[in-house]
Amino acid sequence: MIEGRVEFELVSPESLLLSEAVEMVVVPGDQGDFGVLPGHAPMISTIRAGVIHVYAGGSVQRRIFVAGGFAEVTPERCTVLAEEAMVVGDMDRGVIEQELRDLSEDADDASDEEELEFTQARLQVARAKLKAIDEPLYQ
Amino acid sequence: MPSLKDLRVRIASVKSTQRITSAMKMVAAAKLRRAQDSAEQARPFAERMERMLASVAGSVADGAGAPPLLAGTGKDDTHLIVLVSSDRGLCGGFNTNLARFVRTHTRALIREGKTVKLYCVGRKGFGQLRSEFGENIIEVREDVAKPAPSFPAARDIALELAALYEQGAFDVCTLVYNKFVSVLTQTVTPLQLIPFAIEDSASADDGAAATSEAIYEYEPSEEKILTELLPRNLAVQVYRAILESFASEQASRMTAMDNATRNAGDMIDRLTTNYNRTRQAFITKELIEIISGAEAL
Repeated sequence: MIEGRVEFELVSPESLLLSEAVEMVVVPGDQGDFGVLPGHAPMISTIRAGVIHVYAGGSVQRRIFVAGGFAEVTPERCTVLAEEAMVVGDMDRGVIEQELRDLSEDADDASDEEELEFTQARLQVARAKLKAIDEPLYQ
Repeated sequence: MPSLKDLRVRIASVKSTQRITSAMKMVAAAKLRRAQDSAEQARPFAERMERMLASVAGSVADGAGAPPLLAGTGKDDTHLIVLVSSDRGLCGGFNTNLARFVRTHTRALIREGKTVKLYCVGRKGFGQLRSEFGENIIEVREDVAKPAPSFPAARDIALELAALYEQGAFDVCTLVYNKFVSVLTQTVTPLQLIPFAIEDSASADDGAAATSEAIYEYEPSEEKILTELLPRNLAVQVYRAILESFASEQASRMTAMDNATRNAGDMIDRLTTNYNRTRQAFITKELIEIISGAEAL
């Protein structure tokens, strides 16, 4: 471990997406965003759909969108298990808006409660994606 | 005694079969490499998921609030066996071994008076079990690993299993798949999915895990995390089994096709010898006829 850095790992079911030593990560927890610095108290949290900010050299180096998952934090490590993750810069507004339209149609057509719930959940993810694109880059 | 023409036709046909088997072997080898890669890539997620689950479950363990996916329904009357087979044949004993295991297992359970339901992933396993356990099969999934095993496909299966469990369709769920040991060996392995069995030894002998054996804070709460974590873990286990099974299938096919290619080669050699002998015999016979004809003059 490098002094003053926290080991950040982003893992999806298909592969290990990212593993590097960073200064700080801000993770969108279910109960609000939390920042992880070296020496953080150990915790496990669920994650809502949102953006993970990775800090290096005093500013945001990467912005990665995750569609929910789990985070495990130990004093020297922060592991994020995400089922879907992508770099914010790679997201295409047109595709997401189309997805949003399709999903809201599906939500209107949903026949039973279960289906509606499922579509609603996906709608939320799509909205969070849009928000991630629009979000101003705070340094 | 086959004529020369018959032999020529046989040789040509065996040769074209050999071409096919050797092409299939090549394709299987390429797919195997990819399958092994993706199995390797999927490992970190499964490992970390397991570690997280172990620590969360550990802190809830004795509580009465443990979700049924972990605690079970309290009985074991109805068993669900999920078997992961392949969609295509020509892969040696891959599906046969799997089906044999499931068959003996199912018979044993039925003898004990349990109800058994079967959930087939892959067309071939269904085909082999249909005649004996036709009415026990509740679902057949095809083309799961097409073009390659994907997590969403595994998650769909896991969601369906969880929904069935919630409806009370079964009490215990076991996944049976071919575990990839090496290119030459694949072993049929059962894995209990529901209720989930946590391996205590995993964290004990892992040095890295032991150091971080600190007390975790949970956000929002242990129970909440556990109810989210368990269905996902189910998906991960299914995904892992599908990946292993896919790699095993390719390895098994590669070995089978290698054997077939070699056999075809041996057969061609034998037929060619036979052909040459017949041809020589034929020539000798003709010569004798000519010579004896000339002598008679």
